[in-house]
Amino acid sequence: MTAEIPARSPAHRLAGHTAGSLSRGIRQAMNALRRNLFNSIGNTILSGMMLALFWLVIPPFVDWAVTHATIAGISKSACDGSGACWTFIKVRLPSFFYGSFPPTERWRVDLAALLLVAFGIPVLRDRVARRGLWVVLLLTVFPVLAGVLLVGGVPGLPYVGTHLWGGLLLNTTISFVAVAGSLPLGMALALGRRSGLPIVRMLSIGFIELWRGVPLLTVLFMATVMLPLFLPHGITIDNLVRAMVALTLFTSAYMAEVVRGGLQGVPSGQEEAAYALGLKWWQVQYCVVLPQALRLVVPGIVNTVVDLFKDTTLVTIVGLFDMLGAVNQAINDPAWLGLAKEGYAFAALLFFVCCFAMSSFGRRFERRLERSTPR
Amino acid sequence: MATSGVADRGSTERSSDTKIWNNPTVRGVFWQIVLIVAVLGSAAYLASNAIDNLARQHIASGFGFLNRESGFDISEKLVQYEPSDTYRDAFLVGLLNTFEVAGLGVVLATILGTLIGVARLSPNWLLRKLAQCYVELWRNLPLLLQLFFWYALLHVAAPGPRDAWNPLPDVFISNRGLMFPTPSADPSHKFIWIAFFVGVVASIGLDWWGRKRQEATGKPFPILAASAALIIGLPVLVLLATGAHMTLDKPVMQGFNFAGGSSFSPELTALLIGLVVYTASYIAEIVRSGILAVSHGQTEAAGALGLQRGLVLRLIVLPQALRVIIPPMTSQYLNLTKNSTLAVAIGFPDLVFVAQTQINQTGQAIEGIGIIMATYLAISLSISLLMNIYNARIALKGR
Repeated sequence: MTAEIPARSPAHRLAGHTAGSLSRGIRQAMNALRRNLFNSIGNTILSGMMLALFWLVIPPFVDWAVTHATIAGISKSACDGSGACWTFIKVRLPSFFYGSFPPTERWRVDLAALLLVAFGIPVLRDRVARRGLWVVLLLTVFPVLAGVLLVGGVPGLPYVGTHLWGGLLLNTTISFVAVAGSLPLGMALALGRRSGLPIVRMLSIGFIELWRGVPLLTVLFMATVMLPLFLPHGITIDNLVRAMVALTLFTSAYMAEVVRGGLQGVPSGQEEAAYALGLKWWQVQYCVVLPQALRLVVPGIVNTVVDLFKDTTLVTIVGLFDMLGAVNQAINDPAWLGLAKEGYAFAALLFFVCCFAMSSFGRRFERRLERSTPR
Repeated sequence: MATSGVADRGSTERSSDTKIWNNPTVRGVFWQIVLIVAVLGSAAYLASNAIDNLARQHIASGFGFLNRESGFDISEKLVQYEPSDTYRDAFLVGLLNTFEVAGLGVVLATILGTLIGVARLSPNWLLRKLAQCYVELWRNLPLLLQLFFWYALLHVAAPGPRDAWNPLPDVFISNRGLMFPTPSADPSHKFIWIAFFVGVVASIGLDWWGRKRQEATGKPFPILAASAALIIGLPVLVLLATGAHMTLDKPVMQGFNFAGGSSFSPELTALLIGLVVYTASYIAEIVRSGILAVSHGQTEAAGALGLQRGLVLRLIVLPQALRVIIPPMTSQYLNLTKNSTLAVAIGFPDLVFVAQTQINQTGQAIEGIGIIMATYLAISLSISLLMNIYNARIALKGR
């Protein structure tokens, strides 16, 4: 948990003033500047250094990224090398989003993404009736629809093997499956870790600490290299499914710890009162404890999801071409050599937007929670 | 917890006409037996599959390969290693490389993270916002992307040794990696190290004696100054006594590459920069919230008691902030260590890299991955254990 420092920026104060008292506004702005940046010799030196840093970094960057950049054309020859070559991104853009998904079938990915948004919005909105129902729909109806759309193999939708999937599609799919799988598993593990039955508790602790103690990369290696050895002869599992299973198990251990934090935040009187009403164990957990606990840990869950989304890039090490893998592939394309900066800058922008949006949602929810919790 | 409470009540207050399958204790035992049978059953099933598969693919099992010749070279090593050495030696080299990255990374990330965390609380608006941007930027980008970026920067974009970047005097960055000066080896260094350890031991003893004296007489002892003098002063004295043999071995351009000094390969440099920059953004938030967690009243009360600013920081704020900071900081250190496995992606030979090569050569995936997992589990569990002990010592006493 991190506490927010109170917002006392001059920009805030500046924003409040209208043109009516312009001169007073400017005077106050100057005062605010002086108070915040130049109120002592040390501070003035610090501010000067910072401004010098901005001067050194920002204009060359803008020159590279905007002023001297090229976006026209369809080959590397369109770029003169004086600035960024966004032509490269423009041409390779589909592979960053869809991987090798057949171009004629890409509308299915778009439709699945739209469906995700359509099912996701009611779950995430502030005030919504029957949020629980939407969560259930998102976790049951949506995966079936999206699965049929993406995999195909039914009349009208030709089959598209997962070896053709790639780009952001892969990151999103893996993240969704891992979240949907790890949330219930994590809740079960968290309850198991608090259980009074010693064997249940020990198995839960063992499971959680095992996954939390090893790096994700080894879990992925385990899934890709070791798992086939443990399956009966003749049965193989799709590479993508293996990565999904690995990430689900791995994330469930972290989810379990997040949920456990929430369970500890529910006063024990709630549980005792529920037992006193004659409820059974699962009724107590399902109707009384978990709803309160989960509400407390939404920010923690969001953090875990952001980490998971970032971690999905690791599948590129075990041979799946996710967004980062697609960028790496494009960078090493002989026709576009030497454009690593552009490729990574674009990947960074895309990931930053996704992750920042998610963490902002988490923080907003946290603030709402703080406001609505009586103290 | 709850279930055991119910179970106790059930067993003591159970009337004679309750059916045995309604007895919570009996039910608890029953379900646990079912669970154990299920877990052991699936484990046995998987194991039999594995034995079957290994036999079919003619893959040996067991750790016998550790004593065989590895046959591959490792580009970076802290100890002597040849391709003719055994797999055991190869794993040791990889483990040491992992420790090197983790150790350096933890120290550097702590320094950078603390600086940025303090900057986030600076009264200077620009500095505060800049620190915030740093945190938001690096936290929201995948570490793997950052590693690829730094590696591309060092390996592809950096100039050759002839026109290497020279950010600090005698420090060079080129596509051959990072070159920096180190003290040249000298027989007197042995004594300097001895003096250093004597200083550390003496300071610990002095601290213990100082505490006892303060408890007995109330007179404080300037332990910080005294131990600083001991730990730094003694080695310096020895250095002067042995004739000041402290020359720096600087990297110098010779032919096509640098000679002298020490160097980090581009892989190691990129890995270190990536891990430090990424982890520092998390550490900054931990440090910031730790400092904010100490309520302002504490500082004011200490001031009202007449303590000086430095003493307030050392005696009042820091001990309380550390209590909040240490547990999350430990998990960040562990994360950094675990994240160092991403070294494989840019070709730095850490433990996972060695294991991967071994798996490719021998096909013994279960053993190879078992070694990595066991190593990381051992590191994680032992560090959590140590930190729990330390945490218990500094935790709030009483109440």
